[in-house]
Amino acid sequence: MMDDLRELYQTTILDHNRNPRNFGICEGANRSAEGNNPICGDQLKLYLRVDDDDSVVDLRFDGSGCAISRASASLMTDSVKGKSRAEIEQIFERFHELVTAAPDEDTLEIAAGLGKLAVFSGVREFPMRVKCATLCWYTLRSALDGDSTVAHTE
Amino acid sequence: VSAAGESLAPSAGCDALTIRADFPILSTRRAGKRLVYLDSASSAQKPRAVLDAIENCYATSYANVHRGVYELSETATRAYESVRGLTGRFIGASDRREIVFTKNVTEAINLVATSWGRSNLSSGDEILVSEMEHHANIVPWQLLCEQLGAVLRVAPITDRGEIDVEAFEAALTPRTKLVAIAHVSNVLGTVNPIRELCSLAHEHGALVLVDGAQGVPHLPVDVRELGCDFYGFTAHKLFGPTGVGVLWGRLSLLDAMPPYQGGGGMIESVSFEGTSYAEAPYRFEAGTPNIAGVAGLGAAIEYVNAIGLDAISKCEHELLGYANERLAEIEGLRIIGTAPHKVGVISMVLDYAHPHDIATVLDTEGVAVRAGHHCAQPLMRRYGVPATARASFSMYNTREDVDRLVLALQKVRELLG
Repeated sequence: MMDDLRELYQTTILDHNRNPRNFGICEGANRSAEGNNPICGDQLKLYLRVDDDDSVVDLRFDGSGCAISRASASLMTDSVKGKSRAEIEQIFERFHELVTAAPDEDTLEIAAGLGKLAVFSGVREFPMRVKCATLCWYTLRSALDGDSTVAHTE
Repeated sequence: VSAAGESLAPSAGCDALTIRADFPILSTRRAGKRLVYLDSASSAQKPRAVLDAIENCYATSYANVHRGVYELSETATRAYESVRGLTGRFIGASDRREIVFTKNVTEAINLVATSWGRSNLSSGDEILVSEMEHHANIVPWQLLCEQLGAVLRVAPITDRGEIDVEAFEAALTPRTKLVAIAHVSNVLGTVNPIRELCSLAHEHGALVLVDGAQGVPHLPVDVRELGCDFYGFTAHKLFGPTGVGVLWGRLSLLDAMPPYQGGGGMIESVSFEGTSYAEAPYRFEAGTPNIAGVAGLGAAIEYVNAIGLDAISKCEHELLGYANERLAEIEGLRIIGTAPHKVGVISMVLDYAHPHDIATVLDTEGVAVRAGHHCAQPLMRRYGVPATARASFSMYNTREDVDRLVLALQKVRELLG
């Protein structure tokens, strides 16, 4: 089980948990959204600067949550900066596939296109933690939709 | 209930190892290790006697209750009603009619809010709760206040996690109609001074409802000695099945309360011109009840009675002391809730790991604890934490379980510290 744990809490995840990137309030944000995992009490706020072509020029986050949710938000902000809405949707789909893959499924191919986000491949061994990893993505989606309701995971 | 009486005789005295042997799930393994179950405050495990009572009810004595004239139905009704008597004696009720079966403590509280609340409160009246309440003892009152224009007031707690009695008294006003308070906090473990609070409330003309979900599994309870007016608890935290709760209320109060839900079993006579209702407690038990669940509750009470809540309470207290001592070894660990008078509930935060991460690591060591806000978000805010990791102890936990917890917490430090 210690192996599964090391796989879950990879060094990159621990680093982003301790020193989250793009953390804090974003100056000049024109979109924002809140995400909540009501069962765990995780709370996340995303602030986006989106240009006329619906591309994310800049984004930051704040809030409180576990190592997985914090690192996920931090790595997500890094990976979607400068991306268009369609590109972001694609990344999220792939990321979702990675963290919900069956334990015996080969995820190398899915992970290959995800860059640093591939460090979340260990989450699939811990189904209770999928919502921690995906909260920021659902929140990002509702910010892009201009949805004022609070985002939840599935 | 005869079905419960015939099942396995529980062990005498509080010996955790003997008790543990009565709980089939506690000999299962998790993550390759013996399960260390430290989440009884959320829901307790069930002894063989309870499982047998439920099985026996269905296998040998099952029929609907209060409905048939045939012998089997009569037997089922007698068994069901005998648990009402047993439950009444268990908490010191003066009359078996003071025991209403509900589906859980949440329903017991909602019953009082709906039935007693709507007919006794009006706009501007006040309900006083405490800062340490479970959502189940907050939200029903908020709903009631919204409907009636009544006001929900909150009595603060101290940093150690005790009711600030002076502030409590100051919060009682001539408009206070009800105090709704936990016997024992599900997060802090604090045992509240219910007798004292009841006297104060009564002096101000308010009634008191006690949420006993965490009281009954840990302490001997005598509702008359406590001096409260309503007391609710749930079977599943008392080693019984899910789906059965109990509301105790003073008979004079229950008698005067209108029905909670309408349906079969709660009427005296029905016509389209009008319906008259059965007396308490049947007035509050519409529809076919959880018959086998009540049999399970009966077996659970008999099991606990045979060991004795005084003995259970003493053992748990010793275990709590040992746990506090051992947990002091863990660097960066803070316990939320340090009242001198508390039960075996320990809410922890670590300054280097979020409670969810703690619970995940502990789980891989076969140690089950709850992480989250424990349905007490206002209390989390009071302490400025988003969540805690909570280890809760019961009569089947041992020092070895505490050692396993400490070892697992050291793993958390290794990994995340």
